[in-house]
Amino acid sequence: MAKYSLKINGKTQQVDADPSTPMLWVLRDHLNLPGTKYGCGMAQCGACTIHLDGNATRSCVLPVSAIGKSAITTIEGLSASGTHPVQKAWLEHDVAQCGYCQTGQIMSAAALLKSNPKPSDADIDAAMSGNICRCGTYLRIKEAIKAVAP
Amino acid sequence: MDNTNNYIENLENSPSGGKGAPSRRSFLKSSALAGGGLMLSFSWFAEAKAAEKIANLPETWSELTGYIKITPENVIKIFCPNPEFGQNVMTSLPMMVAEELDCDWGNVVVEMGTHDNVKFGPQFSGGSNSIKMYWKPLRNAGAAARQMLMEATAQTWGVSVGEITTKAGVLSHSSGKSATYGEMAAKAATITVPKNVKLKAIKDFTIISNSQKNTEGLKVVTGKPLFGIDYKVDGMLIAMIQHPPAFGMKLKSFDATAAKKMPGIKDIFSFKLFDEGYELSGFADTRTFNEMVAIVGKTTWEVMNARKKINFQWEATGEVKEISKGWRGEKIETTVPARIESTANQLEMMAEFADGRHPAKPAKQLRKDGDPEAAFKNAAQVIERTYNAPFLAHNCMEPMNFFAHVQDDKALVAGPLQGPAWMEPTLMKLLNLPADKIEIQMTRMGGGFGRRAYGSYAFEAARISQKLKAPIKLIYTREDDMTYGIYRPMYTATYRAALDANKNLIGFHVTGGGIPENPIHANRFPAGCIDNYLADSWEIPTNITVGFFRAPGSNFNAAAEQSFLDEVAAAMGKDPIEMRLDLLKRAKENPVGKNNDYDASRYAGVLELLKEKSGWGKPENAGKKRGVAAYFCHAAYAGHVVDMVMRDGLPYVEHVTSAVDCGVIINPDAARNMVEGAVVDGIGQSFYGALTHKNGAAEQSNFHNYRMIRHNEAPKKIDVHFVQNEIDPTGLGEPPFPPVFGAVANALFKTTGKRYYNQPFTKEFSNS
Repeated sequence: MAKYSLKINGKTQQVDADPSTPMLWVLRDHLNLPGTKYGCGMAQCGACTIHLDGNATRSCVLPVSAIGKSAITTIEGLSASGTHPVQKAWLEHDVAQCGYCQTGQIMSAAALLKSNPKPSDADIDAAMSGNICRCGTYLRIKEAIKAVAP
Repeated sequence: MDNTNNYIENLENSPSGGKGAPSRRSFLKSSALAGGGLMLSFSWFAEAKAAEKIANLPETWSELTGYIKITPENVIKIFCPNPEFGQNVMTSLPMMVAEELDCDWGNVVVEMGTHDNVKFGPQFSGGSNSIKMYWKPLRNAGAAARQMLMEATAQTWGVSVGEITTKAGVLSHSSGKSATYGEMAAKAATITVPKNVKLKAIKDFTIISNSQKNTEGLKVVTGKPLFGIDYKVDGMLIAMIQHPPAFGMKLKSFDATAAKKMPGIKDIFSFKLFDEGYELSGFADTRTFNEMVAIVGKTTWEVMNARKKINFQWEATGEVKEISKGWRGEKIETTVPARIESTANQLEMMAEFADGRHPAKPAKQLRKDGDPEAAFKNAAQVIERTYNAPFLAHNCMEPMNFFAHVQDDKALVAGPLQGPAWMEPTLMKLLNLPADKIEIQMTRMGGGFGRRAYGSYAFEAARISQKLKAPIKLIYTREDDMTYGIYRPMYTATYRAALDANKNLIGFHVTGGGIPENPIHANRFPAGCIDNYLADSWEIPTNITVGFFRAPGSNFNAAAEQSFLDEVAAAMGKDPIEMRLDLLKRAKENPVGKNNDYDASRYAGVLELLKEKSGWGKPENAGKKRGVAAYFCHAAYAGHVVDMVMRDGLPYVEHVTSAVDCGVIINPDAARNMVEGAVVDGIGQSFYGALTHKNGAAEQSNFHNYRMIRHNEAPKKIDVHFVQNEIDPTGLGEPPFPPVFGAVANALFKTTGKRYYNQPFTKEFSNS
């Protein structure tokens, strides 16, 4: 076990965990932030996507010991009340079916739009194809992303 | 097992469907989920305002019928009876209540009901039944509450109830008096719930048939703890289970000495799910393995690490006899074979059965019309094709999990279940507690697709908590979820068509089988359209567990039959849509046989709409590589035209036109979402889906080797069209899914010039 001081959603949080613990489980088990989802544990599905210094990152393969001074944003930090433009677009397009993958989808989309405010279809495919949706809401996700782009 | 396909489609008649369920009283009144407080879902989308309203929610509720509560401020709470797994029942079912209540949808909050079959009916999500089975009860509840409000108002104002009118949650009288529902709710709650209330005419609907946003949307996009895997209470432990590594194997011994010393570990022990001599009570007791090892500790990562340090010894199970109770109460003795299976052997066995080489009993006849033997003997041309499809894993994005807190005199269990009432009798037996001492909370499910109709993970969680006398949450890893699934069965079917010298279809024969279930629905199209018709089936027992998977049986039949009909149409020299319409004309005007399960007019209606909306046969579409298919299942009719291209050496579905007849559309935009999702899922499953075995073990364990359709593989556009009618509605979780497979198969032929008979289709492409 080791002690870590982590910058999460703008706040500094203390965590006592095994250095190999993936951020996914630090968030869910230690910090009570369950919006980041477990889907595969091997960076194949994207349900656990968070922002590490603004970049979309799979938290299920990111050990807590690797974070250092980097800033983490989770879905809870994107906006608590659903006012982020991507969250609003998701609601306007009524994207979700079961909803389980959607926080990861939103985090991937928000990172994409920050680095590329007007993505092409190919850009969206490239940025989003690591996020699986078993319900098949991909078309609505694409529409929602395009609606955010100016 | 051949009853299960029909069973899931007719579940509302089942003995476990709520009727006669024991009266129960919750020992915990609130439906508080993790994090505390009521988890209300809002019908409005008002950004920060919604949060404000949550904070200021009033505490005085007047209850009108079990489904509705109203505050003096006119906030209307509607309880959703059925578990939510993405089919959007938490919006569509309350819409039915709100419509007849005649309230303002903007004032409605939705809350998941408690599990209480007396108050809320059958409470299961499966077989696309939610909409169908609640269509009348929920409208009656809304209309009864409206009537109570009108009577309370008439008494208050001293006028006759017939003079009161309602609109959008306001009661009015010609004298100019008016009051909100909230103002009259307390008095209305004292009035006896009326029976035989009058329902609105469909033309007068203002909420139903108008698109309403998902009431849980805001909680989904802000990552609230909605799912079973998010469930948390103080002092809760995390549990995982090690099952045998292969079907046909069982636990011999294990050594957890080192693992028990690892940080955070509370206990490691083996347990049996069901005791010796336990009588399995139908499909609800389906479980992959009976004996397993539980690893319990403080955090997920600690439990995962300890699990790796255990030394396990496994041995062959051998042949096992099991006694179970059928859903009609009959005793069934089953022999579970010892065979350790591999996919190559499975395919070989299937081929032997399919062509009659296998010495086991011959295929069982399911339906026979006319004289099919003579028709085939006299045929000028016989077309025969065999189709195969593999086991499929459900791969719900939320892996199986369950919370349990078992105490000496009561138990609380919570998690993702499609039918909590199905699991209750087994929980009672395992925990030796009466129904009113077991509270089952229904969490939102991260997908279901039939998988969560089987709650063995809930029983496992209960067993672990029972042993430790502590609250625990059991979590399956993705590997656990995929490698000991309750899979879609492996299917094969051989179709034969007899044509006379004038290319008329004079005989039709389907023989279908599977491991361990056959997929055949013998009384569906094209039965009823052909004078000489034969359907038969065979089954091969296995120790691999199978179960319902989105449109059971249909998800294979629609691929095989609709692909076969395309070849028959070509041999007859007919357009594939016209050929189907000709067959349906026969079924409409002069049907063969009496037990035809489908309505030929509605089936034809979907094909006509599809033809029109896709521009089928129009010159401007001549260059497109298109495939068509339509199918009936789960009380609805659906068809698709798929436009395919080759992209980087692989087929790609670029555009889809869909037509659906499911009766009245409750929530149009959400209904479109369901159809779009079914199309994407259908393309993915038919192109990539496969769970294969080697020496009894699943060869796929996670998404790196079980391919799922992804963003870049989804069509660019899906146009969804509904037949407009006033027929009682049904759900859309399943009906649009099966015909995707057939339309894809037919488009593949147009695109590549080759017919594909074996799923997954892209397996045969070199760069797949």
